Amino acid sequence: MTTTEPVTETAVSLSIDGATVEVPKGSSVLDACNAAGVDTPTLCYAENLTPVNACRVCVVEQEGSRTLIPSCSRQAEDGMEIKTDSERVRHSRKMVLEFLGSGVDLSQAPDLQQWSEVYGADPERYGPSAAKIEEEVRIQDELYIRDYDKCVLCYKCVEACGDDAQHTFAIAVAGRGFDARIRTEFDTSLPDSACVYCGNCVAVCPTNALQFKTEFDLRSAANWRPEEQSVTRTVCSYCGVGCNLELHVQDETIVKVTSPNDHSVTSGHLCIKGRFGWSYVHGE
Amino acid sequence: MADLHFGDDKPNDIERDAVDGVVADTLGPAVVQEHERMVRGGTERRNERRHLLLPVLHALQRAAGWISPGGLNYASEQLQVPPAEAYGVATFYEMFTFTDPGHEDDVVHVCVDAACQIADSEALIARLEGEGKHVHRSPCLGQCERPIAQFIQGRGRPDRVEADSALDQFSAVPQAPASAGNGAMADGSPVRLLRRVGVVDPSSVESYIAAGGYTALAAAIERGPEAVVAEVSESGLMGRGGAAFPTGFKWKAVSEADGDTKYVVVNADESEPGTFKDRVLIENDPFAVIEAATIAGFATGATKGWIYIRGEYPLATERLRNAIAQAHTAGYLGQQINGSDFSFDIEVRRGAGAYICGEETALFNSLEGFRGEPRQKPPFPTTNGLFDRPTAINNPETLVNVLDIVTDGGAAYKAIGTEGSAGTKLFCLSGHLSKPGVYEVEFGTTLGQLLDMAGGPVGELRAIMLGGAAGSFVGADQLDLPLSFEGAREAGVSLGSGVVMAFNDTVDFGAVFTRLAEFFRNESCGQCVPCRVGTVRQHEVLLNSGGNPVNGQSELLEEIDMAMKDASICGLGHTAATAVRSGIALGLIGAQS
Amino acid sequence: MFSVDPRRTSSAKFADVWLGLNVGTDVALSNTVANHIITNNLHNKEFIAHATQGFEAYAESVSTWTLERGSAVTGVPAEAIAELAEAYATAETAQLLWTLGITEHHNAVDNVLSLCNLALLTGHIGRWGSGLVPLRGQNNVQGGGDMGALPNKLPGFQDIVDPEARAKFEAVWGAPVPPEPGRHLTLMFEGMETGDMRAVYCIGENPADSEADVAHARKMLGQLDMLVVQDIFLTRTAELADVVFPASVGWAESDGTVTSSERRVQRVRAAVPPPGDARDDIEIITMLANHMGADWGKPTSHELWDELRSLSPLHQGMSWERLEAEGGLQWPCPSEDHPGSPFLHGWLWTEDLGGRDPSPFSVVEHAGPIEELTDEFPLRLTTGRALDSYNTGVQSGSMQSPIRYGNAIDLSTADAERLGVADGETVRVVSPRGSVEMPVRVLEDLPVGLTFTTFHFPELVDVNVLTNDAWDKRSGTAEFKAASIRIEKLQPVG
Repeated sequence: MTTTEPVTETAVSLSIDGATVEVPKGSSVLDACNAAGVDTPTLCYAENLTPVNACRVCVVEQEGSRTLIPSCSRQAEDGMEIKTDSERVRHSRKMVLEFLGSGVDLSQAPDLQQWSEVYGADPERYGPSAAKIEEEVRIQDELYIRDYDKCVLCYKCVEACGDDAQHTFAIAVAGRGFDARIRTEFDTSLPDSACVYCGNCVAVCPTNALQFKTEFDLRSAANWRPEEQSVTRTVCSYCGVGCNLELHVQDETIVKVTSPNDHSVTSGHLCIKGRFGWSYVHGE
Repeated sequence: MADLHFGDDKPNDIERDAVDGVVADTLGPAVVQEHERMVRGGTERRNERRHLLLPVLHALQRAAGWISPGGLNYASEQLQVPPAEAYGVATFYEMFTFTDPGHEDDVVHVCVDAACQIADSEALIARLEGEGKHVHRSPCLGQCERPIAQFIQGRGRPDRVEADSALDQFSAVPQAPASAGNGAMADGSPVRLLRRVGVVDPSSVESYIAAGGYTALAAAIERGPEAVVAEVSESGLMGRGGAAFPTGFKWKAVSEADGDTKYVVVNADESEPGTFKDRVLIENDPFAVIEAATIAGFATGATKGWIYIRGEYPLATERLRNAIAQAHTAGYLGQQINGSDFSFDIEVRRGAGAYICGEETALFNSLEGFRGEPRQKPPFPTTNGLFDRPTAINNPETLVNVLDIVTDGGAAYKAIGTEGSAGTKLFCLSGHLSKPGVYEVEFGTTLGQLLDMAGGPVGELRAIMLGGAAGSFVGADQLDLPLSFEGAREAGVSLGSGVVMAFNDTVDFGAVFTRLAEFFRNESCGQCVPCRVGTVRQHEVLLNSGGNPVNGQSELLEEIDMAMKDASICGLGHTAATAVRSGIALGLIGAQS
Repeated sequence: MFSVDPRRTSSAKFADVWLGLNVGTDVALSNTVANHIITNNLHNKEFIAHATQGFEAYAESVSTWTLERGSAVTGVPAEAIAELAEAYATAETAQLLWTLGITEHHNAVDNVLSLCNLALLTGHIGRWGSGLVPLRGQNNVQGGGDMGALPNKLPGFQDIVDPEARAKFEAVWGAPVPPEPGRHLTLMFEGMETGDMRAVYCIGENPADSEADVAHARKMLGQLDMLVVQDIFLTRTAELADVVFPASVGWAESDGTVTSSERRVQRVRAAVPPPGDARDDIEIITMLANHMGADWGKPTSHELWDELRSLSPLHQGMSWERLEAEGGLQWPCPSEDHPGSPFLHGWLWTEDLGGRDPSPFSVVEHAGPIEELTDEFPLRLTTGRALDSYNTGVQSGSMQSPIRYGNAIDLSTADAERLGVADGETVRVVSPRGSVEMPVRVLEDLPVGLTFTTFHFPELVDVNVLTNDAWDKRSGTAEFKAASIRIEKLQPVG
């Protein structure tokens, strides 16, 4: 489904680490970095969500700008001179990763761990007294769990639940500062909330703070083996929209269903039936 | 937009009335069953009402003493704001509570920030709690000239500040309030911005007119919007809220921006610790702010103005509302002002306790009924401001300057002050001084002269906080510092919002800086990682070092500061470590002390 | 967005205006809207003159549908109808979207035609952002029809009565194609009743639960000489069968294509092997054919797709490789350099109408539900789906949904009070065809006199015992959406 009529594209030209790249007008600086072959860490960014530029791990240095700029949300402009590996950029990225690592459990966020290594982030140096997010795992149903110890407050789940995808608005950021948390109203349980269990929040979570219950159970049983899983793309059977599914299969059993972000029909988003209505395949 | 789901919690009658009092009296509920077989709702009606969320939350808190699940549900339903979002918005603010307080008493907010901290606010809190009062430790309440500041949050009745009752509120022959200085500047010339303070009756438009009020608006309308923008540009006026952005440039950008709907916003969310000038100005000369905002509307092509005032300023709020009503009656607001084609209205909105909402884009979000989280810039408010429309947002003090600019011309205004800083400036003097208060001086006056105006220090002067918590400290040897934007820049400091807080040598600076760090930790909105975590780690360094970071810790603070400065979204993060680092540099805290 | 639905559904809560019409008064509403557009001179005269025919007769036929009459029949206030008409007529682009609430009626085709009339009247058809959009309830309803699983069509909507079309297929298939249209499901059941249909091979359908007046359907299936069922589960229908072929799950255990509501052909792929002896549908059918003496070999889905492309011009350009690479293509896609078609009927806006005749308006008259409300059966029952469940629950039933409220009959607050029944109370629901017992769910926003239930839990509540199997002679669909019932209290009062 194409949502807008195609428009004639014009290009802008900018410099990324000294190399000139051309990208279509309207592209982000991040797009330009990608076009230049520069790998950029991202966390709160997702191609199927509006950038909130909250995590600041993708910051780059723009010639003439007092502060660093978030590459995910800043539009590329003609003549920009961008540095992605300056001392300032490296320092801010390191600190952001370190700040996160010092307060949040990143054990199931391999990308962030890898970037932390790249930038030499040392979360341990804040010592054992450094404040951490400490919350009980919320298991309130058989479809997914919420483990906010792992939450980096990237806003993605809120966006996916809200007007970027589902328009259900079951969750929002509540509180302020370090005490801000993703919450339903008054932390009411998910089954009692507006949640319609589309699982779109789980799909966009970058740290596994939100997990499908199947994955959580397999992990708890030390039987989650992503390296052995196959991923097959197919089409959901439950209605005529044509959402694409990615079936994650381990030991000939579906263990998780996602949807490709780059597919035009629903850009990675599903409903409860497409996301969870597969148990009958295995005769349940 | 949404198929909303509400839990089973129902409002009680008090809560229902509180919500209805806001919603039914304005736009009415978002969803209306016009007939058994016809319901009107939808995105547009929902969006039109979202900005009523904050007033509704205020009404609930006041009526019920807390925001209960039933009350929130009812508010959400009436406005069709998802309850989770309404909860997210409500929990953003200091003034709202979410558990049943279990009593029906008022709550006393006691300031624990610097000016009050050094006056021993903790002792007062202990005393009040001993008396059985319900006390809430509050960040700066904007009454630094009269520590220890208190603000009483009413249960079932209006909020109040008891110190205000010492003022004769609507006296026909008003007395000059103590906080307004002595009517003259350092060189003995008469004050300009404060000229009506203590002279006019702040509750009477007639009194304001008798004192020359509304001549500037008449002159502006006579000369046309382009001429007004040109005069303001020529005057060299720069914003007094802290960022010192040229006002004429801003107005020109708004007036030239595309779109039929434009706004003027008066940023009266004066929350920078140590700042209280706008409160004094508004409480004593509210019509001046309204007249100037109206001129801003005329010049920029806006038809609606909003004044966002911090929730802890009940008297200023009341006087603004009264002034707006009177201006309406007198034909200075509303349709066809002064017989011209120009129409303009102003609405007042109360903040609810969040320092960050003084940041202009956070203020927009707050006013619109969202969490007061700053937006990434660009785009800038001049094109994408309140409700995503072109918006001129100005500080009250900035605006009041415009009256003289319009009356006397930009050139005459520019002749006042220094080369780089035109006009006069209000400073908020507090701390260890004989006569704390708001003082007006020409730019270029030295710090020492200013302190002298306030009767000089009490005790042995050790340091001065300039520009607020987001500013920096200077030593007692820097009294020659010329108070101008360029003078401050040269000295590596900032005038900020005009805070000048004096500290003598009896002060426990470790405690002061630890509290400063705690202030930023508490006030960070939490949106971006550098600030959300950086302010915590900074506070922890101070806590762990007893307020005296040793060498390795100072370097860590520097690293944190660099990341917050470079990578935070807004000014809060950019400046959250400035004061602490200046304290270390001055030797007020750290290994050397 | 306007939502026209007897119930204020979740979708209706997104809408700017909800119009709660009486069940089965869709034509009345369409005609009233049309008349209001015409009398207010808001119709697209240029488009009508260029691309349509029969406007005069149509305008005449709707001229009696004043707002007052429309309001009286539909129950919707006149102003609301006027507002809808004006908004639709003056919108730059507008779409009419519908699903089974329009088509599961005895006059389903008229309902659809009445909507087509509105699109022709305003020119909201055949251009970007405007159109008529029937939303499909399964992933391959569209594809089934496209592939010729219709009584009167060959793949690609080629007419079975057209000898040239038949000859084309016969040449490739090497077998004669019957020249007469076959029977749709409803006619098949009539054939079972009269005895001229004695054997049924039922693939992937559960009529023993899903048919309206299901008791009758079960009786018919039970009387057959031979019933063969091919399904992934031993459904209620399979339980009646003489032979059951266990099949693989179409979207997770098989390779092939499906076609969505927007005519987008997409690949499905096998991710897991089918359990036990279950086989892919293609394999079962091929084995059966080979066993019966034909030589169909062992075709892959890719090979079958290429055969289809060679015979269906609509699909010609959709190579297997393109379907893989482009994430699906929308037909018509006549050649490999064709990008596919995001919308249809653009020809209406071309100078020569693409050589076609102007599109006809259809004169359609309102006819309410077959089953009128009576003193004996005073409540209207309509049925539908819930978000987390699917049809007879064969697939969705095993999902542990936290939002499933189970099977209940929705009742308005006023009706519940009148009947003296409380939320959650089990009642007897009686229609002229039968009765079931189920709990009540009291809803504040349901119009008085209307009841609603899903049909996802036939093992718990046999809802289709109640529904009316009166059907549209043109489409073959039964009137699931409008039965008359009464509710009997089981517990003693007080």
